[in-house]
Amino acid sequence: MNAPSALPTTPLPDSFQTWFDTKGWSPRPHQLALLERAEAGQDCLLIAPTGAGKTLAGFLPSLVDLAGRKRPRMGAVGNSPLHTLYISPLKALAVDVARNLTMPAEEMGLGLKIETRTGDTPASRRQRQKRSPPDILLTTPEQIALLLSHVDAGRLFGNVKRVIFDELHALVTSKRGDLLALGLARLRQLSPDLVATGLSATVADPDALAGWLVPQNSDRPSTADIVTVSGGAQPDITILKSDERMPWAGHMARYAYADVIKAIAAHGTTLIFVNTRAQAELVFRELWSINEDSLPIALHHGSLDVGQRRKVEEAMARNALRGVVATSTLDLGIDWGDVDLVIHVGAPKGASRLAQRIGRSNHRMDEPSKAILVPANRFEVLECQAALNANYARAQDTPPIRDGALDVLSQHVLGMACADAFDEGDLYEEVRSAYPYRLLTREAFERVVQFVATGGYALKSYERYARIRQRKDGLWRVANPMVAQQYRLNVGTIVEMPVLTVRLVSAKQAAQRSKNALRGGRILGQVEEYFLETLVPGDSFLFGGEVVRFEGIHEDNALVSRTEGGDPKIPSYAGGKFPLSTYLADEVRAMLAEPKRWNELPDQVADWLRIQKDKSALPGRDGLLVETFPRGNRHYMICYPFEGRLAHQTLGMLLTRRMERARAKPLGFIATDYVLGVWGLADFGKLIAEGRMPLDELFEQSMLGDDLEEWMGESYLLKRTFRACALISGLIEKRHPGQEKSGRQVTVSTDLIYDVLRQHEPDHILMQATWADAATGLLDIARIGSMLQRIEGRISHQRLERISPLAVPIMMQIGKEPVFGEARDQVLEEAERLDEDALLAEAMMDEDLR
Amino acid sequence: MSAWLSQIAKEPDEETSASIHLAGMHLIADRSGALYWPEENMLIVAELHLEKGSSFARFRQHLPPYDTKATLRQLGRVIEAYEPERVIALGDSVHDRSAWDRLDETDRSEIETFAKRMRDWFWVAGNHDPDPPSGVPGRAVDNLVVGPLNFRHEPGGVIGAGQAEIAGHLHPAARVIGRGGSTRRPAFAYDQNRLILPAFGAYAGGLCLSAEPFGPLFGKESLRAAVCGRSRVFTVPAKSILGWR
Repeated sequence: MNAPSALPTTPLPDSFQTWFDTKGWSPRPHQLALLERAEAGQDCLLIAPTGAGKTLAGFLPSLVDLAGRKRPRMGAVGNSPLHTLYISPLKALAVDVARNLTMPAEEMGLGLKIETRTGDTPASRRQRQKRSPPDILLTTPEQIALLLSHVDAGRLFGNVKRVIFDELHALVTSKRGDLLALGLARLRQLSPDLVATGLSATVADPDALAGWLVPQNSDRPSTADIVTVSGGAQPDITILKSDERMPWAGHMARYAYADVIKAIAAHGTTLIFVNTRAQAELVFRELWSINEDSLPIALHHGSLDVGQRRKVEEAMARNALRGVVATSTLDLGIDWGDVDLVIHVGAPKGASRLAQRIGRSNHRMDEPSKAILVPANRFEVLECQAALNANYARAQDTPPIRDGALDVLSQHVLGMACADAFDEGDLYEEVRSAYPYRLLTREAFERVVQFVATGGYALKSYERYARIRQRKDGLWRVANPMVAQQYRLNVGTIVEMPVLTVRLVSAKQAAQRSKNALRGGRILGQVEEYFLETLVPGDSFLFGGEVVRFEGIHEDNALVSRTEGGDPKIPSYAGGKFPLSTYLADEVRAMLAEPKRWNELPDQVADWLRIQKDKSALPGRDGLLVETFPRGNRHYMICYPFEGRLAHQTLGMLLTRRMERARAKPLGFIATDYVLGVWGLADFGKLIAEGRMPLDELFEQSMLGDDLEEWMGESYLLKRTFRACALISGLIEKRHPGQEKSGRQVTVSTDLIYDVLRQHEPDHILMQATWADAATGLLDIARIGSMLQRIEGRISHQRLERISPLAVPIMMQIGKEPVFGEARDQVLEEAERLDEDALLAEAMMDEDLR
Repeated sequence: MSAWLSQIAKEPDEETSASIHLAGMHLIADRSGALYWPEENMLIVAELHLEKGSSFARFRQHLPPYDTKATLRQLGRVIEAYEPERVIALGDSVHDRSAWDRLDETDRSEIETFAKRMRDWFWVAGNHDPDPPSGVPGRAVDNLVVGPLNFRHEPGGVIGAGQAEIAGHLHPAARVIGRGGSTRRPAFAYDQNRLILPAFGAYAGGLCLSAEPFGPLFGKESLRAAVCGRSRVFTVPAKSILGWR
């Protein structure tokens, strides 16, 4: 604890002290420290590990303040009883915290109204909450945005004294964080004295997070006080020692399942974390296939039906489960009973991410958390070791706070116009006080306002259809009430891929497609539409732990039936593929470069690296190793940047374009988190050696200029990014008033809009927003940029006769993962050849007949 | 093809288009989604959906207001390439009934310039534009028969012996699956009796051939799709079209 050195002077009121005494507890120093800060009116960031009593620390100042307050009656501005807002990234967390808060409040006899408000709250209660608000409201960022867009927001929030942001580290790295920062700026306008408190896990840059909590560009201090609780006992982390052979490639870690079952059997409750939903499905199934003692092991991921997930959560809270296989849906701080072991299958991808997941085990901070890492292949062993070292060194690699997105700002500006007429200059100052937008220029802000009004196009043809208009007094106001209705239906920054509901029916019913069958069919969950588009009726896949047969699509339902055996296709749900953090990447390269450190590694892996050193070379810490070799009738170029899959994909696209120009005839490439492999017809090694394809030119930073621009225009990844921006900014609507019941509505495909906009107004503000997202999002361009800079003048080429040991894993992945080729015309060409074959066959048959 | 026609009709771009044979006629499926009939020196386009952007704007969705320009630019390119004497717009040429009045002057005069070069310009009535167009040249018709080919907006008419139907309305697109993944592109859908053009308009979009309306219109085995790829048109058999019956 590095915050207050002397004991805080603020004494607890008697009723509180009595409550602590009867519980046999004493308030922790950081809880008192937060109380002291809040009473002095200071914004504050509490950084503490799981189990430190963070939530109570956050609420204690509110409870103390409320205990001595006469409850105001809702009336004029300044009279709302709403005293404290608590905002969490998860609905379930808000509900859970409300439960945990109500108990002490009741035991202390405070007589408080504590309520939650989420997307699940019934409309009647939401109405009532506006008329007669509770003392403490626990809610989500989207609900805050909604409430702030109402004309009576001033009355509702005018008396708010405290705002508590839970899991702040998780909120600020997404567009939800941008929206919330803008909401906080507005709350401060409505209630200038409010005190903000952030609760966070350990992060790489606490100062930025502290800055997020306070108004920027103002005369107040530009950062909040930070109270840090240093993290309890050292966790007990090991990498699974298995006698089995360590796989070269793959993500499923089949070799380890017997050991995993043993570990589950030896502990009370085990959380088994994986990185993707597909992994979750497979690990769950495989564990059950060898679960001879029928240990109660459950499955939890974001595609499963909510009811099913709640059941698992309740069973966990009752300690009725021995194991739960989960994705990141269980990452954040809900209290799930007594977990005493965390098993992480697959590489952790980030040191902080691993630390937070391990924190899920053992909620008492003074006892060590226990975790076992299960690498799925040899490269993952290196990554696990790096993450383990980082954990002991308490290194953090949380991503930095993003610059505020312009699409989110557009949404917010419309919301503010719904609430009240605004002056452009005043709103600009307010927006600039939000941390992510502190550097926003007036010019950019004005373009956003124009966008909200009429689309902001150079061709002004929508003036008469404006959404907001400037009145005679110069203030902006919504053009008509329907606009506000449109806004409220579409608020939020979470853009889902289109999904279909998966319903279980009997094969017979599916064949008849009878309405009764559909109504009776049990809902298993949801699956992305694009995944189903790759299936034909009769295909089977794993879902919710069972193998199901795809029967067809009916309205927005995917009908499936139970099936036995077969070789299921595995759902490759979108999401869940986090790239390797820059920090871990650097650590992995460092480890590779220092043979002395290999004794930390399992013998199989250390031997592998020794042979690599012998046969080729090791990738240096700062440079880039490029190997070329022939195999079969093709030539391969394997690079080892360790920059994560997304960056490698983009790099692969750009490299192959350049190689085409060098007449190297590349045919395809494959990207993993560690390695990028390109193959083609020309002798890459010879081209490089003879200076006809110099590596320093191939990897020149200019790659991110024209090449990128040209390729991006066609890239489906950029189109997907644009789609999110178009939805969030309100260019197109997720839902339109009156249409929400009709299911899939008629709309214009964002791909078509993108093509037209790119052709006619490539510097439109939404294109700018899209490019800004692309730098860090699906294309990870920023990371390629810093890599190209790092490796400049440090690229070493190994021209080999045959495949190197380090290249084995990626060579094994070829053919198992989709090959990239943006144009996709290859697919059509293949299909056309099928047709030609058919014609030829027909022709030959005619011949025979004659 | 008669000798004089081969002189004036520009050779289509054989590199990027595909040939379709229907009712004894040779047709060319252009990558843009337009269909060219060399023998008649006729160009057919379906579903221009002009002013779809401004149609949405009336409901305060401000799509980029360049869709009409984009569509006309593309149409201009195809007209340049094939130099047809006749054009048939197969219905839904505008997105809504008042769209003709919203056309800006540049776009309207562009259409006039196109029409002036033609011997005939036919506007077939569609469900979005049941009324004759206003303020642009050309003849409004409900449907049209040229030789063995029946042109109409909605597919599914009665087809006589030796005849075939050419229609629009459904905006066909095909999802094709291969080893490298799958791709979904606009496509000409056809068998020996009928051809449906893909939508030509910039905001018109597509409907997968797996969708219900296509089922009864084509033979299960005999359906083919001329798929508008990025580099050229690919002719793909029924079995490669995902979800086709």
